[in-house]
Amino acid sequence: MMPPAPPRKRASLPLVLAMLALVFASFWTLGLDWSGFWSPSALSTTREFLAGFAPPEMSAPFLVKTFIATLETLAMSALGTVIAVFAGLALALIGAGRFGAAARAVVRLVMNVMRSIPELVWATILLVAAGLGPFAGMLALAFHTTGVLGRLFADSLENANLHAENTLKTNGAGALAAFVYTTLPLLLPQMMSYTLYRWENNIRAAAVLGVVGAGGLGGMLKFHLSLFQMPQAATVIIAMLLMVVLVDAASFALRRALTR
Amino acid sequence: MAAAQRHPDPAFRQRIVTGIVCLLLLWPMLVYSEFKPWILFDAQSLKSTGAFLAEFFTPAHDVEFLKMVLDQTWVTVAIATCGLALAMLGAIPATLLVTERLSISMLGTNRMRLPARALRQVVRVILILLRSVPELVWALLFVRIVGLGPTAGVIAIALTYCGMLGKVYAEILESSDAHASDSLLVNGSSRLAALLYGALPESAAELISYTVYRWECAIRGSAVMGFVGAGGLGQRMDESIKNMAGSEVSTMLIVFVLLVALADLVSTWLRKDLV
Amino acid sequence: MAATYRLDQLTVHHLATKAGGAAALHALDLVIEQGEQLALIGPSGAGKTTLLATLACAHQPTSGQFELLGVDPWALTQAERHALRSRLFLAPQTPPLPPRQRVVTTVLAARLPRWSLWHALSSLFKPAEPQAAFDALSRFGLGDKLYARVDRLSGGERQRCGLARVLLSNAESFLVDEPLSALDPTLSQLTLTALQQEAAARNATLVCSLHQVDMARANFSRIVGLRAGRIVFDAPREQVTDAMIAALYLNESMDAPMPAFHDSPARLAVGACL
Repeated sequence: MMPPAPPRKRASLPLVLAMLALVFASFWTLGLDWSGFWSPSALSTTREFLAGFAPPEMSAPFLVKTFIATLETLAMSALGTVIAVFAGLALALIGAGRFGAAARAVVRLVMNVMRSIPELVWATILLVAAGLGPFAGMLALAFHTTGVLGRLFADSLENANLHAENTLKTNGAGALAAFVYTTLPLLLPQMMSYTLYRWENNIRAAAVLGVVGAGGLGGMLKFHLSLFQMPQAATVIIAMLLMVVLVDAASFALRRALTR
Repeated sequence: MAAAQRHPDPAFRQRIVTGIVCLLLLWPMLVYSEFKPWILFDAQSLKSTGAFLAEFFTPAHDVEFLKMVLDQTWVTVAIATCGLALAMLGAIPATLLVTERLSISMLGTNRMRLPARALRQVVRVILILLRSVPELVWALLFVRIVGLGPTAGVIAIALTYCGMLGKVYAEILESSDAHASDSLLVNGSSRLAALLYGALPESAAELISYTVYRWECAIRGSAVMGFVGAGGLGQRMDESIKNMAGSEVSTMLIVFVLLVALADLVSTWLRKDLV
Repeated sequence: MAATYRLDQLTVHHLATKAGGAAALHALDLVIEQGEQLALIGPSGAGKTTLLATLACAHQPTSGQFELLGVDPWALTQAERHALRSRLFLAPQTPPLPPRQRVVTTVLAARLPRWSLWHALSSLFKPAEPQAAFDALSRFGLGDKLYARVDRLSGGERQRCGLARVLLSNAESFLVDEPLSALDPTLSQLTLTALQQEAAARNATLVCSLHQVDMARANFSRIVGLRAGRIVFDAPREQVTDAMIAALYLNESMDAPMPAFHDSPARLAVGACL
């Protein structure tokens, strides 16, 4: 006779039902008008809209403008990331508990808040203090990325093997010198890896920060879209794509070189 | 010094060169990002910052406002959920097409037929394009097509995340053990069946885990998209900042940080519970 | 000459032990004069590493008297105690060398107690005293490895590298933990000789824990035997018999519970990272 089937662990049914309920409730709330989507007028509007993009604007003066905006965006992302590395490391030392448990808790909370606030929100707030232009965007990226990197560095630091550092301190070396000579070189490859990944993210973020007034390619895109100048907008989007691909490739190459 | 010359440091020259290159790169970076920290401290700036911050520290808490904020928070979550659901609808067929593991034409010959390979490449490129364009740019474009409101946000998320999910699903499936799905394909089953019975059992945990993680990211993304008019918390925050209403911004920021933390918790819990 | 160390009924507990738990070292009495060289032998888990850590001021005793260079280090302020530490040198069993660092930098780290912060940082960019590093490494047969990366060295080379730091430090007391574990007999003798010559030249105290009992008896004039946290014998080498050695190592792993592996204490009270 066939043995009875044993009970199997399934993902709890109420949980799956709850998730489906969430999906349904979402669609219901938003009341997306699907029929409007596929209506002939909507389709033709879309087709006209997309057709307006080709051919992209290729005149030399405009290309120069786009190139400069690209450099602005690159500079924003690079400088913001570099500043975040130093600030993140400083915070990570506290966040790893080297200055006591209370300081650690406070700094970890601060880092969490910093990274929960998206770059765009940081940018709109910082525009108040820094005015329009890439400076606000750079600061926004710096603040957000400090939270992210600070958290990652702090976790790495807490898990690091401190044998070499403790030995130097036992033999009389100062705390900072011992840290820089032993634990920092130990963590550096991992830290650089995190940083380069964040740069890949930041270049995309920098590209769009211009939409709220932080200059660069995003600013150009918003400007031309609002005037319905589609060919120019197309060029800007292509420039964005090229820039992202380039930074991704550079990041990959650097990461490979560092783990040699 | 004779002593130092006896043991010249082989790495010294390279370090000097690297140092100079870094300094040479730093200058244009500072120039192009208009690095003028003193702007933060000039009189005009300090005044506006001061006024903004003063209001900031007393978050708005009248009931009407709070109710509106909670409504918009739900809308944000709804945009993310709908967008991700649609993204999955697109990503799953794309994955089926793109995963070499499930290639029938590769059986036995280890080479794909040309039309099959061409199709795979086309789908791959489409996925790359979808995810390389920042979601905000998609949102900007769709706001022009379908108008202001959540629809643009949903489409933007659906497109971007379709690209991301498609790529990562394929990677997860590729890295799983080929044997089970291979045997099924060789014995004549369809691609879908091979996926469900062969590759999926092993990869299910990772696939679900990644999808839930992406849902959490989508919530952040959809909040941000409000800034270009795609609905949700972001749209109201944009208005409040333009009106320099520091207390409203402060409340919404707090709600936003809490939302992100909550989504993080739910995501961690779901991932533990489902897999 | 004043005594370097005076231990009187010293008891030391492992860091993780709860109150009332078993001690790592029980009521030790030990006096070491400046310039003496002694070998510390005993079975695994006897407490040799804990004793060396205590002598290096890295581990606070629980009770008893501990006098170092004429003062009680744990009655001093943190800064004074840290200044005292630069006069001692502890060489742990596991070489404390960051893998991707170059030998020259890691060996010169012995000078850190004497260098200002600025000097330390600039030496990272360009090593400040490559000649001194070369001389120290040559005495251990590693001169040609001056600019090699630590992770490209063999286990024995890394161990000798850690010991080369001793020569570059200013210490008046060398505390060396199992320096020969990865070395063959010829290299072992070379290494031990280099250490002892340096100690003799500076009139520094040398306390060396060893598993190789014959090396201990051949090279050191005073042998201290430790077992289960107590000193079993403390005698000049002529008086140490084979029977005493056998008794020391008898049933070595049966009673004493293996302690958690000897890593440096997690938090050294040397002040904030400033």
